[in-house]
Amino acid sequence: MSIIADKINYTYDKGSGQETYALKNVSFAIEDGEFIGLIGHTGSGKSTLIQHLNGLVKATTGTIYYNGQDIYDPEYDMRTLRNHVGLVFQYPEHQLFETDIFKDVCFGPLNQGLSKKDAEFRAFEALRQVGLEENLYYQSPFELSGGQKRRVAIAGVLAMKPDVLILDEPTAGLDPRGRDEILDYLAKLHADTGITVILVSHSMEDVAKYVGRIMVMNHGELLYDDEPKKVFTHYKELEAVGLAAPQVTYLMAELRKRGMNVPLDVTTVEEAREELLKVIR
Amino acid sequence: MDIVKTKELSFDYIRRDEEGNVDGIVNAVKNINLSIKQGDFVAILGHNGSGKSTFAKHLNSLLIPTEGTVWVDGMDTTDEDKLWDIRQTAGMVFQNPDNQIIGTVVEEDVGFGPENMGVPTEEIWVRVDKALKAVGMYEFRDASPNRLSGGQKQRVAIAGIVAMKPKCIVLDEPTAMLDPNGRKEVIRTLHELNEKENVTVILITHYMDEVVDANRVIVMDEGSVVMDGTPREIFSRVEKLKELRLDVPQVTQLAHELKKKGVPLSEGILTIEELVDAICQL
Repeated sequence: MSIIADKINYTYDKGSGQETYALKNVSFAIEDGEFIGLIGHTGSGKSTLIQHLNGLVKATTGTIYYNGQDIYDPEYDMRTLRNHVGLVFQYPEHQLFETDIFKDVCFGPLNQGLSKKDAEFRAFEALRQVGLEENLYYQSPFELSGGQKRRVAIAGVLAMKPDVLILDEPTAGLDPRGRDEILDYLAKLHADTGITVILVSHSMEDVAKYVGRIMVMNHGELLYDDEPKKVFTHYKELEAVGLAAPQVTYLMAELRKRGMNVPLDVTTVEEAREELLKVIR
Repeated sequence: MDIVKTKELSFDYIRRDEEGNVDGIVNAVKNINLSIKQGDFVAILGHNGSGKSTFAKHLNSLLIPTEGTVWVDGMDTTDEDKLWDIRQTAGMVFQNPDNQIIGTVVEEDVGFGPENMGVPTEEIWVRVDKALKAVGMYEFRDASPNRLSGGQKQRVAIAGIVAMKPKCIVLDEPTAMLDPNGRKEVIRTLHELNEKENVTVILITHYMDEVVDANRVIVMDEGSVVMDGTPREIFSRVEKLKELRLDVPQVTQLAHELKKKGVPLSEGILTIEELVDAICQL
């Protein structure tokens, strides 16, 4: 069970003399149950990449294998892929449309051909997973706060029971409280259900705290693909491509320069505190 | 001279249910007394629903106080004869750049404001060029706005305000939809306007790293001002900020936690360099 991308290229305006590579020779393998952060600045190709993973965009060359099957095989049923790989777009709350929250979340499973009863059961489960209070289920989605709306939109995708959940900047535009709520629920969802989560984000500090693996995109290429600690040791290179490591990573590097014996692969406040207490005392 | 002054400012919304019956009254802003000096760089913090946007909308008469008074450059915002003067004095920039750009060419978009004010044509072009240079978007003056990045669009929106020569710019989460590069561009532009043109900047944001360089930070919660001081004073109170569910910069948080463990550091450390120096001097 896995997703394998094998040398995918995606070009715009092919053959026009102005070919632009949105993705260039990207290869990776994602195992079941991973929690991955996909980072890169605007235009780095991260949104294009995730749209490949559920078949919304087809690679110009190269192939993607989902559970061992080539998704570009003419025999392959793309609908199955979309049932397995759920994609939550940026600002997903703009896609809420039903008169009440519960109906909105039922829409996906009903579309998958489930009976009304099964769809409702799924909707209940999904709304519970995102932690929405039950007294809100029959309210209009438009009366909720930004963070709540976003959780409803995520529930809409969860109700389709994907094996892989991809979220494109799920915290953009939220305040710190809304952001923490969403990320905490995602972490809990990942821990409870073992679902594969791919989180597209700009915020290194958030990503460092939650994920087990980071993929960094730059100009359509996969620049780094490793555990957070290792990726952030390249903080200088990250800065050159418009990204930044967490503040504490810089702090440790600076202290090391001044001759203190501190490790360089620190990414969270807690780790930094423990490491500093060791050397200060 | 105070550019903005409020006295006992309160604003209530009336909430109605589906049939239009009054459902309740929400006190979005409660009894705010503030003065903001011309040339200051003020950041307003608070989570969603804390009343900061409602407060900001009072500064150019988009909202009129339910009780109390707001003066912008000495003008009472309820004075309808002064409405255009007030809007020209305090320009607003909103969160989503796509909702604020109307021109098909960058320089046309920037010229819209002064044109609306009846500025003579030659003067408009002078102002447009100057405004675009001030935000570092001059080389894009002939571009179509929809080919720009989010940060660039937001700088065009700021240029549109700058071209009206305001004394004060109020920005309601201008970086919320931008990536780290776009955010830096916008914040740098604001500091330049503030320093070079002495424009008062009132910046509403969630991002603490954008607040660190302000002269003054105002924290709002449930419609009231709960903290007001320099960034250092505000960030010395980590526990209080946490209670309000606001972030503090990682180094500030780290310094605070080390201090709790008995490391003799001062509160309110704001930057990486400060913490490095403080630790090296232990």
